[in-house]
Amino acid sequence: MESKEEIRQSVRNREDSMEENKLQNFIEKIIENIFFISACMAIISVAVISVFIFYKGGPAIFQIGVKEFLTGTTWQPLGDYFGILPMIIGSIYATIGAIIIGVPIGILTAVFIAELAPEWIQNIVRPSVELLAGIPSVVYGFFGLLVFVPFIADTLGGAGNSLLAASVILGIMILPTVINISVTSLNSVPKEYKEGSLAMGASHIQTIFKVMIPAAKSGILAAVILGIGRAIGETMAVILVAGNTPLIPDSLTDPIRTMTANIALEMGYAYGLHQEALFATGVILFIFIMILNIMLNLFTNKAGE
Amino acid sequence: MNNRKLKDNLIKILIYAASLLTVGVLAWILIYITINGIGEVSLEFLTSAPEGESGGGILPIIINTLYIILLTIVIATPIGVFAAIYLVEYAKPGKIVRIIRFATESLAGIPSIIFGLFGYIFFVTVLNLGWSILSGALTLSIMVLPTMVRTTEESLKAVPDVYREGSLGLGASKLRTIRKVVLPSAIPGIVTGIILSIGRIVGESAAVYFTAGMVSRLAKGFLDSGRTLAVHMYLLAKEGISFEKAFATAFVLVVIILLINFSANKIGASLDKTKV
Repeated sequence: MESKEEIRQSVRNREDSMEENKLQNFIEKIIENIFFISACMAIISVAVISVFIFYKGGPAIFQIGVKEFLTGTTWQPLGDYFGILPMIIGSIYATIGAIIIGVPIGILTAVFIAELAPEWIQNIVRPSVELLAGIPSVVYGFFGLLVFVPFIADTLGGAGNSLLAASVILGIMILPTVINISVTSLNSVPKEYKEGSLAMGASHIQTIFKVMIPAAKSGILAAVILGIGRAIGETMAVILVAGNTPLIPDSLTDPIRTMTANIALEMGYAYGLHQEALFATGVILFIFIMILNIMLNLFTNKAGE
Repeated sequence: MNNRKLKDNLIKILIYAASLLTVGVLAWILIYITINGIGEVSLEFLTSAPEGESGGGILPIIINTLYIILLTIVIATPIGVFAAIYLVEYAKPGKIVRIIRFATESLAGIPSIIFGLFGYIFFVTVLNLGWSILSGALTLSIMVLPTMVRTTEESLKAVPDVYREGSLGLGASKLRTIRKVVLPSAIPGIVTGIILSIGRIVGESAAVYFTAGMVSRLAKGFLDSGRTLAVHMYLLAKEGISFEKAFATAFVLVVIILLINFSANKIGASLDKTKV
């Protein structure tokens, strides 16, 4: 027989443990909320970044005049001329150049890694691609400045600091992005596609180009879009090789100034409307990037289905 | 038939050439920087302060870089890991998760110069932190967040559900299960995320340039300004101050990146082994 005292004790214990459980649950809820808030940091960051860039650069666009700002071909902060068309065109040309150089090489290398390379060669190529992704952009720029720029000046004439130099360096810099994502999407093509095609008598190469690449199309497209994003956003490497003259280039050997370079070169000493115009350049760049992000989201969602 | 074989072989040659080019460019850059840089690196270069425009070494700049790495990792790791825990362990698929993922992807796609501009207005000016190690680290924390979240997420997903079920079945609470069972198994993945983030921090120049400033002395604290290795390298190359010092700095940067990649691979490999 339990004494009354013991029963009372056990009831008290039970109440204590219920209290404890409540406290436990409360703590778990709080921590879950901390996790949730951390997960929302990405949303908060994107929102705050967008708000501040637009807040700081938006008004300048209207003060300068939307048309003057976007289609003006003269950038002379001292004379209050803020036309960024040469920079928009510089960015677009350099990006197109990077795509022309980087995408074919990238996709072919991806095919090599995913389909043709024996394992020991894969063990060389894959880490190389990772390392390419890790090399700092200033090192790329420095390399371009000392190797490609003099080479272009010697063979094609001009100063060497040029659209071509920027395109080559950016083309190399987007390789890891293009290769990695293309390899992933080639590897995720169902095996049956490949086997079916081989069984029908197609050669391995035919199978790769007629069956597998079309099947991996949306992934490869995503790779190209990410590559475009990387090229259009690159700053320091481009500054070192592009010459940075704010004029629309006539040829591959003409210097260019990209939107990113425009910001980085003048931010250090700009004030007033000039500084706001640099933020406004950031707004335009930001809009380009957001369009790319939305496109990417559309493609990857489609790939998910 | 012969025609087809010829075509196949031609394409194969193109594929080999492209791959050779990819590896060749890397080798070219590494060899070029090493040949020109290694002779300029000495113990004195690594242990003395810059003097004047082009003399001296890079010791304070190495220490500034370490400060920024440390502070960024301290800020970004908990946020990144917590975010990944939420996404893998708590979130139910739906609108909010889709928005979080879109935001994380967008963050990864934003160019570093935009981060630099943002850090300059928000941390340097609005929060009045000035050009400082702290402003730089806060800006970089946002930049490396996607890397942290993604790598942690993947390692959490790789933890088998039976572990969780076992722990929960034994009466452990969800939080306890995460703390005692899920997280320990995910640690190699988290460490890989940290290492990859360090690589990004070391190589970053545009975002740090506008937030941590460019003075070449040792930062006296987290609220003081100081340039990092990549910024130092940029200034040397841009102003054409001293190509010898730029080569030496480039060599140091490349060696750091090699070490980082090597250790990330090692941990990645051990991770794969435990999975099998």
